[in-house]
Amino acid sequence: MGQTSVTRPVGEAVTETRPTESDDVRGSKFTRSLRRLSRDKLLVGIGLPGALVLILFQYLPLLGNVIAFQDYQPYLGITEAPFIGLQNFSFLWDGNPAFLNALVNTLILTIIQTVLVFPVPLFLALLLNSLAGERLKRLLQSILYLPHFLSWVIVVALFQQMLGNAGMLNTFLIQHGLPQFHVIGVPDLFKALITTQAIWKDAGWGTIIFLAALSQVDQQLYEAAAVDGAGPWKRLWHVTLPQLKGMFILLLILRLGNSLSVGFEQIILQQGPVGLEASEVLDTWVYNNGIIGGNWGMSAAAGLVKSVVGVFLVIGANKLAHVFGERGVYEK
Amino acid sequence: MTTLEAAEAQSGGRRKSGKRPPWMESPNPLTQIVKAIALGISVLLVIIPFWSVLATSLASQQRINESAGGMIMWTNKPSFAAYKAVLGGGVVTRAMVISILITVVGTLLSLATTAGLAYWLSRKSFGSKPVLMLVLGAVLFSPGLIPSYLVVKQFGLLDSWWSLILPVMVNAFNVIVMRAFFQELPQELFESAAIDGASSLTILTKIVLPLSKAVLAVIGLFYAVAYWNAFFNALLYIQTTDKWPMALVLRTFVVNQTTIGGDQIQASEVIPPQLPLQMAILVIAIVPILIVYPFLQRHFAKGVMIGAVKG
Repeated sequence: MGQTSVTRPVGEAVTETRPTESDDVRGSKFTRSLRRLSRDKLLVGIGLPGALVLILFQYLPLLGNVIAFQDYQPYLGITEAPFIGLQNFSFLWDGNPAFLNALVNTLILTIIQTVLVFPVPLFLALLLNSLAGERLKRLLQSILYLPHFLSWVIVVALFQQMLGNAGMLNTFLIQHGLPQFHVIGVPDLFKALITTQAIWKDAGWGTIIFLAALSQVDQQLYEAAAVDGAGPWKRLWHVTLPQLKGMFILLLILRLGNSLSVGFEQIILQQGPVGLEASEVLDTWVYNNGIIGGNWGMSAAAGLVKSVVGVFLVIGANKLAHVFGERGVYEK
Repeated sequence: MTTLEAAEAQSGGRRKSGKRPPWMESPNPLTQIVKAIALGISVLLVIIPFWSVLATSLASQQRINESAGGMIMWTNKPSFAAYKAVLGGGVVTRAMVISILITVVGTLLSLATTAGLAYWLSRKSFGSKPVLMLVLGAVLFSPGLIPSYLVVKQFGLLDSWWSLILPVMVNAFNVIVMRAFFQELPQELFESAAIDGASSLTILTKIVLPLSKAVLAVIGLFYAVAYWNAFFNALLYIQTTDKWPMALVLRTFVVNQTTIGGDQIQASEVIPPQLPLQMAILVIAIVPILIVYPFLQRHFAKGVMIGAVKG
């Protein structure tokens, strides 16, 4: 973006004489932009509805964060609510047990998911890429991508039917006289369940980006390595993986930026049977505490802290990528 | 190589013949077997749940009893009683109509506004720079749950289907993707059309959109899937049971296993067993996605790569 320094709008007719220096001076900055507006009014009209929706539903709520500093009550409204300074943020330092529990659960899940979930698409992509038959590869891809398009409600329902107490696995075990294996509704296994679901749903989809990166690797590198006597594993280690490094780091940065959001819908759906201690994460705490519990101010404060920390995480991770000589999400 | 070409190469082109290049050694049988097993298991893990849900939805009471009330993999005499009951009227039928309506109206509105905004931003025009910053900002920051809820409430959209459309109507990331696509179109076309006196609206409808069918298809289908799947917003904003979309019905009757009685469905005399009913609801929620999936799938790589590489 912004890579060209051409000032003439592309849409402007080429035949039009370029404004000379005196033209520019003629009007004030304001009248000039008015003239541009009247020239582009149709274009602006086409784009404005979309921009308005973004402003109303993405930016207007940002203003709504002001209630994080208020003693907000629904019947009073934002304009009437009294300001109470940072009192809503007190959960950050007064050792609020519900908040700490949610924070710990979130961090544990983030670490588990980054270590276990994140590399799976890479392995799958390498496997798929090593297939010679294009047809078979595409068939497998279409099957593996599918779960990504199912909603969490469907995924959770499917898992219940497979692993639940009356699900496939346990029916099979009972019929064969084996002891049952309870997975759903067991607090100790909750994080494992969440992680497995995340892998099932999105590992296949995650391969797309790696496969695209793999297709860009110069085949001559492989040929040269093979001529120099590198076997398949050595080529994987010395050619493929270094070529994927940039993409891997990019995705890791994006993951890091989202590290405080772990499977919100997924967890909300399954919180009931396992209880809050095992399942509460920051997002669900904001929901349960704010919308359900009525602690509007405190929950808005928590959401605000989370967003700000998320942005800093992305910027920080990006800096880190630059330190390692990678491009990162955006150039400096 | 441009991103489009890269995506093209990814979705086909390379190694079509399936032949190994001359320098590659013939594969080690052991590795081949391990690979086949790994891929086979991954694919089965995806397919088995679907298959089992379908089979169970077609099971009769007798067949369910045989399996001790659990899921089955095969039924000899498929019975469509569950589907008849669920689709004959009642809460599930209504939810399906609502979900289809929201998906169709939402997708059309989303495509129109997203394409319009992307088109504006793809031209060097009045206001396109600051608005582009606005869109990029929307990708980076999420407004937060509580403030979003308050805004929807303030607009009086609570318990209205519009609350499921308007807040998610324009996805900033999709705008960026579409803008990148529009920018890769040959700009000379626009210039010559402009010389011939075409307005920006004419250029959009006569040149840009016809050339962008692929990206419109992908993004349209992404939106459609999102509308169809929307669960949390429905949970948050829709209070009346009569207004439930599919996702809430799924949660209540399939995930939370609330008993489906005569009030909820159209049963002639006997209510079919619960499990096939639940599975039929699940199948009905999945099928629309399976229908659009083949169309969607052809354009995946393209749609994803444009956005990913051209931020």
